[in-house]
Amino acid sequence: MNRKTLNKLAAAIAAGVFLAAPAHAQVDNAGFVYVGPIGDHGWTYRHDVGRLAVERELGIDTTFVESVSEGADAERVIRKLAAGGSDIIFTTSFGFMNPTIRVAKQFPQVKFEHATGYKRAANVSTYSGRFYEGRAVIGTIAGHMTRTGQIGYVASHPIPEVVRGINAFTLAMRKVNPEATVKVVWINSWYDPGKEGDAAKALIDDGADIITQHTDSPAPLQVAQQRGVHAFGQASDMIAFAPKAQLTAIIDNWDRYYVERVKAAMDGTWKSADMWGGIRSGMVEMAPYGDAVPADVRAAADAVAAAIVDGRLHPFAGPVNNQAGEQVVAPGETLNDKALLGMDWYVEGVQGRLPK
Amino acid sequence: MVYLSPLLALGISLVAGTVMFGAMGVPPGGALYAFFVEPLTSAYGWAELGVKAAPLLLIAVALAVGFRAGVWNIGAEGQLTLGAICGGGIALWLYRVDAAWVLPLMLAGGVLGGMAWAAIPAFLKTRFNTSEILTSLMLTYVAALLLSLLVHGPWRDPDGFNFPESRLFSDAATLPVILPGTRLHLGLPFALALAAAVWVMLSRSLVGFQIKVIGQAPAAGRYAGFSERATVWFCFALAGGAAGLAGIVEVSGPIGQLLPGISPGYGFTAIIVAFLGRLHPLGVALAACLLALSYLGGEAAQITLNLPLAVTGVFQGMLLFFLLACDVLILYRMRIRLRNRHPGKAAA
Repeated sequence: MNRKTLNKLAAAIAAGVFLAAPAHAQVDNAGFVYVGPIGDHGWTYRHDVGRLAVERELGIDTTFVESVSEGADAERVIRKLAAGGSDIIFTTSFGFMNPTIRVAKQFPQVKFEHATGYKRAANVSTYSGRFYEGRAVIGTIAGHMTRTGQIGYVASHPIPEVVRGINAFTLAMRKVNPEATVKVVWINSWYDPGKEGDAAKALIDDGADIITQHTDSPAPLQVAQQRGVHAFGQASDMIAFAPKAQLTAIIDNWDRYYVERVKAAMDGTWKSADMWGGIRSGMVEMAPYGDAVPADVRAAADAVAAAIVDGRLHPFAGPVNNQAGEQVVAPGETLNDKALLGMDWYVEGVQGRLPK
Repeated sequence: MVYLSPLLALGISLVAGTVMFGAMGVPPGGALYAFFVEPLTSAYGWAELGVKAAPLLLIAVALAVGFRAGVWNIGAEGQLTLGAICGGGIALWLYRVDAAWVLPLMLAGGVLGGMAWAAIPAFLKTRFNTSEILTSLMLTYVAALLLSLLVHGPWRDPDGFNFPESRLFSDAATLPVILPGTRLHLGLPFALALAAAVWVMLSRSLVGFQIKVIGQAPAAGRYAGFSERATVWFCFALAGGAAGLAGIVEVSGPIGQLLPGISPGYGFTAIIVAFLGRLHPLGVALAACLLALSYLGGEAAQITLNLPLAVTGVFQGMLLFFLLACDVLILYRMRIRLRNRHPGKAAA
């Protein structure tokens, strides 16, 4: 080791010591904890786009850690960001909820934002998107465009968020095409291109002519492209992976929320809150329609999106039947947020049993 | 020399790492500092090293015994999961009981659960001569699905909006922290005690001698009257128990509840740790610390230098690659042969 490297080492040590004493007078750094790789082209990728928007629009530094597992490691990573000088920290997966709450107790001056959870504190906010609104739009398109009447759904974990998406999709689809049904394959992972692709193949072999997914990689779209069937992108516009197959995609857009929240922290106006934004808030966006979508279907999908935005249409407005054919929501009523947040049953039109 | 090869491999990895960081445009001194020094610049960092190394050491030191005997238990991850299920099940069952005996009962449940899961490949091996590599590995996936089934269903937190996780364990069911202000828990003393016990067993006891003989020369072992069946059973019970303990220690310690995924592959990483440590308890302890440090270092490199996570993977891969390469080159001599294989004939 020569003198130059030694000097560098000394400087690095000095920097480490300096960093260990956090300065919280102002917001210098926003931290992000991701459950997947930023190159997943789905969920984590979109959060990272939001992070870059914060850097660009507010001119502050950001730090991220990717592929953090949702077990014992999460607490260490979140704590390290808090101790290392991040003044506001976004933890972007449900499994980070309890670790976020625990670290937040130790760092009351740091602000925390947890995506998709339900536990809050004075310095912990929660936020999520009403992605089911987007599902209602793509369900409408699927109802118009399916020939076999069978849709394949590649799903991750049987949690309310995913079940809600399946139900919203199915309800919207059957408003257009009452005979169509949805077949779900659970892969028990958020990101596993191999399994996701295999599930799509199995669903297509089984007769599905449209594939939709609630997993993070573009693999199901790529399979759809190869097999000559249609599919919907998930979390981000995946048209580059399936130029012919993608009909549209539900895009998670965190940019505006992230910029607003970091700005609030900088201005000293940040308060713990619960944000659940849909198409109107800009958190849920639809990608441009693919060439395969005819004009009348585009018009129908646009109408559903517009009706959701101005409140004329709720994806879970009655009548809604469960799988047994029993009416769960009467005509004229809608499911409230509490029922949506804990949803653990399938609507009529979904095949198979929900794993419990 | 064989014991020196890990150090040699580490040295070569540092050199290759320096080249790699240099090629990426990152100051190599700063990168290596972030990887190997920065995580240990605070008491909390040292405690985290213990938190990360404890399950690796617990499992690896027990697996090493089996590998010495030629018993290839690849399924420690599944045995860990069963330990977490059995011990965690007790915690949920005794949720309202606030007594000092809850935790010992959970730990015992974890050990027995891991042992029971390990008994399946042991039975198949001794009764039907099934390959324990396949059966133990495949049972890992069964265990993961079993845990998933439980936390999605009967063990789901009743106040948890149907998310797949159990409720948080009560205080009586939470592993005490041994260093205030950190997460360092009883798992580390357990792991160190097991490593010491295994060391004594391997070097001083008849059982240890039997294991080494059967592993190196099965025929000689049989001739000496050592039972291979008993050895298989012993190795699986030991590794299963240790992995089960690691599982319940993880869920009752740093995690505090049952989740669908409780381990980032400790059971598989432990196999690497065991071989990196030359199947010797002391070496395994050092290897567990090194691997744990490389994970902490990977996080530190992402946070302080914005290095991608893949760099951690490349670095760990280099370390193992160089270790294997050193072993091969120390044990075998390279000879370059020309294409002409029969010089005598060519002359004729």
